[in-house]
Amino acid sequence: MIKLTIDGIGVEVEKGTSILDAAKSVAINIPTLCHDDRLKPSGACRICGVEVEGSDELQASCTTPAREGMVIHTRSDRVAAARKQLLELIWEDHPNECLSCQKAGECTLQDLCYDYGVEAEGFAPLKVRTPLDTSNPFYTFDKDKCILCGKCVRVCEELQGESAIHFVQRGHETMISHPFEKGMAFSTCVSCGNCVQVCPTAALMPKTEEKFRVWDIEKKVRTTCSYCGVGCQLDLVIKDNKVVRVDAARDGENEGMLCVKGKFGYSFLNHKDRLTMPLIREGGVFREASWDEALDLVAGRMTEVYDHSGSDAFAAFASARCTNEDNYVLQKMMRGIFKTNNIDHCARL
Amino acid sequence: MENKHSILEMDYIERQERIALKNCGLIDPERIEEYIRYEGYQALAKAILKLGPEGVIEEIEASGLRGRGGAGFPTGRKWRSGYLAKGGEKFIICNADEGDPGAFMDRSILEGDPHSVIEAMTIAGYAIGASKGFIYVRAEYPIAVKRLQIAIDQAHGMGFLGRDIFGSGFEFDIELRLGAGAFVCGEAKALIASIEGKRGMPTPKPPRTNDKGLWGKPTILNNVETFANVPPIIRKGSGWYAGIGSEKSKGTKVFALGGKINRTGLVEIPIGTPLREVIYDIGGGIPDNKKFKAVQTGGPSGGCIPKEHLDVKIDYESLQEIGSMMGSGGMIVMDEDNCMVDIARFFLEFSVEESCGKCTPCREGTKKMLSILDKIASGEGVMEDLDYLQSLGNVIKETSLCGLGKTAPNPVLSTLKYFRDEYEAHVKDKTCPAGVCQALLEYYITEKCIGCGACKRVCPVNCISGEKKQLHTIDPVACIRCGACQEACPVDAIIKR
Repeated sequence: MIKLTIDGIGVEVEKGTSILDAAKSVAINIPTLCHDDRLKPSGACRICGVEVEGSDELQASCTTPAREGMVIHTRSDRVAAARKQLLELIWEDHPNECLSCQKAGECTLQDLCYDYGVEAEGFAPLKVRTPLDTSNPFYTFDKDKCILCGKCVRVCEELQGESAIHFVQRGHETMISHPFEKGMAFSTCVSCGNCVQVCPTAALMPKTEEKFRVWDIEKKVRTTCSYCGVGCQLDLVIKDNKVVRVDAARDGENEGMLCVKGKFGYSFLNHKDRLTMPLIREGGVFREASWDEALDLVAGRMTEVYDHSGSDAFAAFASARCTNEDNYVLQKMMRGIFKTNNIDHCARL
Repeated sequence: MENKHSILEMDYIERQERIALKNCGLIDPERIEEYIRYEGYQALAKAILKLGPEGVIEEIEASGLRGRGGAGFPTGRKWRSGYLAKGGEKFIICNADEGDPGAFMDRSILEGDPHSVIEAMTIAGYAIGASKGFIYVRAEYPIAVKRLQIAIDQAHGMGFLGRDIFGSGFEFDIELRLGAGAFVCGEAKALIASIEGKRGMPTPKPPRTNDKGLWGKPTILNNVETFANVPPIIRKGSGWYAGIGSEKSKGTKVFALGGKINRTGLVEIPIGTPLREVIYDIGGGIPDNKKFKAVQTGGPSGGCIPKEHLDVKIDYESLQEIGSMMGSGGMIVMDEDNCMVDIARFFLEFSVEESCGKCTPCREGTKKMLSILDKIASGEGVMEDLDYLQSLGNVIKETSLCGLGKTAPNPVLSTLKYFRDEYEAHVKDKTCPAGVCQALLEYYITEKCIGCGACKRVCPVNCISGEKKQLHTIDPVACIRCGACQEACPVDAIIKR
């Protein structure tokens, strides 16, 4: 274990812990733009720099390991001044469009500029606005709003394993792109949207039917993705009782990752034809029923068939869209109650 | 009796001490026999047959050799950490991605004495327990690439590379990797990323390359000139080498002397030689009796040294103290006709172009500094700009990820420190004292004018008026300061002011 002091507080952490995590362990929050716990630290944005006594330079807290006896200041005037200057540099290249930006209120850059007192005035608006890349059906890419934190590149490479996008050019011309730069839809992108999820600004935004900003959100509903049996946790973002976006849950087994279906395939939820309660067909016509009534009907008919024709009259076909637990219960019911092995599953086909 | 010219030439040679460059220009680099004739591969034999790995490292440590790429890290200590690093596979890399403007020390060694680098890398591999080396050489050095490959093949043929070198069971091989023209790939971690086939971008330290370098394996990376010093050290002994140079920095350093100096070219001098001696005795001073203004060392990472520091002894610490650095060996002399704002702008522009774009301060900050310098050079600067340059420069230095960003503001900060009056002249008086910044110049026709009309005929914007055989005048508002009139004037009547 290593002992060090952060903002006057004694901290004890294991060897190899970064200054950022050491600070977090005593509830000191150091701002970051490029950091994500799931990714290898990159040290690109330099916003997380802190003062370490005895060192001339500010140390990036995400990549600097805590060492025995370090005395660290995370909020000194020198640190704050450097952060403000870095933010001003980023902001100067950023479109001054917070009034019309859908990310406003959820934008890390906006929040940090507010925290460190960066003024919008004095910076000329970008002369030529790069057209939005709308080629992908699910998300848009706005090069001018990109701050090159590289999270999207690293999520795509390290977590999704696609490496569909990367940095191109160098110096001030650096940008996120893909081979031949023909638009995101022409890359090897699988549209998982995990880059969209981590983007700190509005550079990568989901295409939404509804126009809304964070303060329009009524609630978020935690649920399990219904597309397959993995059980990814996600938050349905609700506005006016409609699902307007899906956020991957960081505390689920999926650790903030989703696939294209879970992330973007939610519009059916708002469809008028979607079944929201059981229907019973009587005389060729469906009528709405309660769950109790419907389940009673099914149970009754199954018992009838079993009494009349025996086990071989039954077969069950399970679905990969149900959870493992549901599938287990189904086969248990078939074997235990209806005494049949006539069970199959779509994943076998 | 010798004439004056040849005496000067003697001075030029005599004051140098050639160790890294000792064979350059003397042997045919494409014939291994000539290298062997000049004691080539004897150091490798001594290392393997006599010293053993520990003995080699002790010799290098005792010699006091430090990294010649610019940072000056003790080579022996680096090798020892490579020797002690755990893990079966280890690598040796030679950094031959020389990129500073006007610097060609490494090129000269690679082209003139490629075997010295190959021998040194093999010794290093033997010392730390590596069996594979890479030379990362820029593709813009085609002759170096060709001669290195010839040298590698010849060394294989003679058994200095390959399996069972000198019957010791030690195996070592070297491959070339060509850089694609990015300056930042001279940075160790970016270089390694490039060899691995990734984008050349630096990654954070730790881990250091000694522990986790190429493909995550312990890797010792040295510059060409550092390697070139190794065979003589092993052959002649560390005591000999440690006897050359200054107290903290041993041996010699090669500089590429250029700019406003009588004798340009590569000079190899004992470390600790006063700057004045290099410029006046070896370099022969400033041409045309112009006044010395400054000398720039360390390329885009270094700073400008003014005349009050001319007596500084050239070593890593002294140069750093006065705001410059040893760097890889660029040394550009400037006289009274050089504008320091313009010089700062030139070097900063290089860093802006060559920044990899990964970290914010280097990518955005250097560009911002350049835009302010542009503003000052065009006469639109205000005094606050100077303070902002200073504070922004400091933030870039203290927050950047790699050495490129940490040193990129140096040309600006050092000129701001020593030549603030020139900046103030640009800002307050809207003049460029050296007469370089075009926007601040005014072309003026003096009384010497004979009224021939030559200037009038070449002026592309027709801003010169005057009757035949009368004094002509230039309309300063319409003038675009192209300088065509000045060149056309037969009697030198047109001046810049």
